[in-house]
Amino acid sequence: MSQGGGGSRVPWVLGSCLAALFVAIPVGVVLASVFRSSDGEWSHLAQTRLGLYASNTAILALSVCALAAVFGISTAWLVTMHRFPGRRLLSWALLLPLAVPAYLSAYALTDLLQFSGPLQTWMRETFNLQAGEYWFPDMRTLGGAITVLAFALYPYVYFAARIAFLEQSRSALEASRTLGRGPFRTFLTVAIPLARPALIGGLLLVLMETVADFGAVDYCAVDTFATGIYRTWFGLESQIAASQLSALLLSVLFLVIGVEWMLRRSNRYHRTAVRCSQPQATRLGPVAGLLAMFLCLVPVTIGFLLPAGRLLDLALFQGDSRASEVLAELVWTSAMLGIIAAVIALILAMVLGYARRIRPNALTGLASGISRSGYAIPGPVIAIGVLVSLGWADHRINDVSTSMFGDEARTGLIFTGSILALIIGYQTRFLAVSLSFVESSLLRIHRNLDDAARTLGVGPAKAFLGIHLPLIRTGLIAGGLLVFVDVVKELPMTLMLRPFNLDTLAVRVYQLASDERLEEASTAALAIILVGFIPVILLSRLIERNRKSHQLKELR
Amino acid sequence: MLKVVFAGIALLLSLAAPAPGEEVVNVYSARHYDTDDALLKKFTKDTGIKVNIIEGKSDALLARMKQEGELSPADVFITVDAGRLGKAEDQGIFQPVKSRILEKQIPESLRHPEGLWYGLTKRARVIVVSNERVPAETTSLDYESLAGPEWKGRVLIRSSSNIYNQSLIASLIKAHGPEVTEKWCRGIVENMARTPQGGDRDQIRGVAAGEGDVAVVNHYYLARMMDGNEADKEAASKVRVIFPNQKNRGTHVNVSGAGVVKTAPNRDNAIKFIEFLASNEAQQKFASGNQEYPVVVGIETTPILAGFGTYKSDALNAAQLGANNKEAVRIMDRAAWR
Repeated sequence: MSQGGGGSRVPWVLGSCLAALFVAIPVGVVLASVFRSSDGEWSHLAQTRLGLYASNTAILALSVCALAAVFGISTAWLVTMHRFPGRRLLSWALLLPLAVPAYLSAYALTDLLQFSGPLQTWMRETFNLQAGEYWFPDMRTLGGAITVLAFALYPYVYFAARIAFLEQSRSALEASRTLGRGPFRTFLTVAIPLARPALIGGLLLVLMETVADFGAVDYCAVDTFATGIYRTWFGLESQIAASQLSALLLSVLFLVIGVEWMLRRSNRYHRTAVRCSQPQATRLGPVAGLLAMFLCLVPVTIGFLLPAGRLLDLALFQGDSRASEVLAELVWTSAMLGIIAAVIALILAMVLGYARRIRPNALTGLASGISRSGYAIPGPVIAIGVLVSLGWADHRINDVSTSMFGDEARTGLIFTGSILALIIGYQTRFLAVSLSFVESSLLRIHRNLDDAARTLGVGPAKAFLGIHLPLIRTGLIAGGLLVFVDVVKELPMTLMLRPFNLDTLAVRVYQLASDERLEEASTAALAIILVGFIPVILLSRLIERNRKSHQLKELR
Repeated sequence: MLKVVFAGIALLLSLAAPAPGEEVVNVYSARHYDTDDALLKKFTKDTGIKVNIIEGKSDALLARMKQEGELSPADVFITVDAGRLGKAEDQGIFQPVKSRILEKQIPESLRHPEGLWYGLTKRARVIVVSNERVPAETTSLDYESLAGPEWKGRVLIRSSSNIYNQSLIASLIKAHGPEVTEKWCRGIVENMARTPQGGDRDQIRGVAAGEGDVAVVNHYYLARMMDGNEADKEAASKVRVIFPNQKNRGTHVNVSGAGVVKTAPNRDNAIKFIEFLASNEAQQKFASGNQEYPVVVGIETTPILAGFGTYKSDALNAAQLGANNKEAVRIMDRAAWR
């Protein structure tokens, strides 16, 4: 069975196709009616709103990606390669915005900055101003949405960049310096290109999360493809037009993923040389050090301190009067769903990633591409896809059962409204996250190891467990933790797919906030942030451990 | 680790599956107030019927029921605003129910003529004005007057995608016809103090902070602010409420309501459940939890609502609001009401 040949690769390829079905079916159902005529709804859309959706989405996506790249990469470079006041603290604090869902950040920042909010009221009272006599940034604009999303999502880039920079060997960077390139040019021409697969992976996650975001964008009153799809589907009840909108959005994204893949195919990105030496951190002077500290504080403040601080203020001031009664169970349910979904997402991602490594062909490439697409589709739309496909299965099972054994054998809905439906929904949406980390970790393992294993007659399964799995452990844990955090933050699918009597923290926030009770919602909102906090701390310790193990090797 | 995961799966599954032989009623609800939970427990205690509940957005719950088809476990659908009840009606979600108890308890204008749904609480869309900038002599206003030139740059009202506004416009269409209503909408857009944004409470806060002088909101948001934290209380003290159109057809009122789902597997329990919510005992709690008015006549309201005084409400049947909903949306679109 496990000879060096290709026979035993088939199960991996089959497995990867099966894993892709988790995403392909719900997404496919949504796109199924794409070629049908929408009875003028499409032309109505094209004439009235499509231009706005397209321009808003494009501006939003480009700006968020640009900001996330600038802040994510520069801060990662600063904390990895330099020493300055607060570096240790900042190196993990920069991850904290991950724990804050974008929609909560939008609620909290709007509450803080709006006309009747504390800041503007204070300004008016202190400087004796009237309405309209001064300018103040408005969160309920495209600019507001860009700010919220960029500072909620940059940690994906920061995290990827930090790991990549840590793994770059000193020799490559020192070679560059020896050849006369300054630190900044070394950063631009050596460090960034070497880190490219990780950076692109992080940026793609930011891009997809941005175009799929519904909550924050909707709260900021910006019309994008995501809100358009939602309004068309639920408001105008035109599923065909909504599915056409989704298809348009997805095809643009596939184009981006495809171009990136083409560009990358010619290059290989193993770890540079043997990772024996960890990059040396240079100590910054007092002025430069303060500047670096300030630059790192900006994203932490906007992405975490301000929203979490405002929510803390609200929670202490008023808060949820029923917190003591309900909170413990909600935390447990949210965490459980997060753990289950993360474990499954990791298993599927390993199958997909490894199949593509040992059989890099169109089929495995397609399976991987499809598996990522769910991340770019708004949650409510995925929920519909899951409901339709599972509802179909339920009805067929019921039909067969009743036709064979009569009406007594009515099976009802087995999958719809079960935990399974929810877990499938999470896979459809978040498989991209675990896959992104697994694939980029696999890419950094030198192919010599695979070749050596094959020469020694070790089959793919054994090679994976013995060689690859230990080497991608960091990426695996990171991907799993991020899926966990994403599930804990998730709202629209949970709302639509959950079984009777199952509430999560995010649902509790929705129940109160949708009725304009932000003060009461703040307690559960804070709990989401705290539950997300733990994995974020684990993530940063993971990076630290990685660094230390490098140092040990260096000593040897 | 794996053990914990399995324990979790088992626990989550046990949440979902009903014990065999147990009497249940399955509720899909777009309404959530914490006080409702105590009421559900009371129902179970009185009748032995367990209440299973899923809460979510109205449109999303409708979409879910549609996909679940005739196998849907849903017995009762609860949503707020007659516009949404009308939408559910259009999609054929409800079945007609005849109940002497419900017909006795609930006034005719607050339930569907054929018993497809029954109103359970009542909310009035009122006008809130600034104490400082609207003279105390102004005690009576009509919705119609807000489109007049004297209110230019002073009106705060939320977006046209909001169902409460859609239903208000639907009632105006019924009163004046589409042309006059469209003209009114243009007047309102002309008079807006800012582009519509935020919820009803944000409009009240806007009046208190001086961004505008008059706002159109559901009454319970103001009542809740009067009962809220210090900042809310202070804002609420700077405004007062005016029930519009008292000299003619009355203030626009709306309902939150419930209906029995067409495919309800537990039809009898569903009717019992709605009857319970319309009972004198439940009405008081059900409405007061959100500072709403009970639909049943003669039930005591909260002290704050009692302070608002009595008012005349528009006798238009709430079902008409749903029927005019689409036209209302189109009219607001044409008037460029964001």
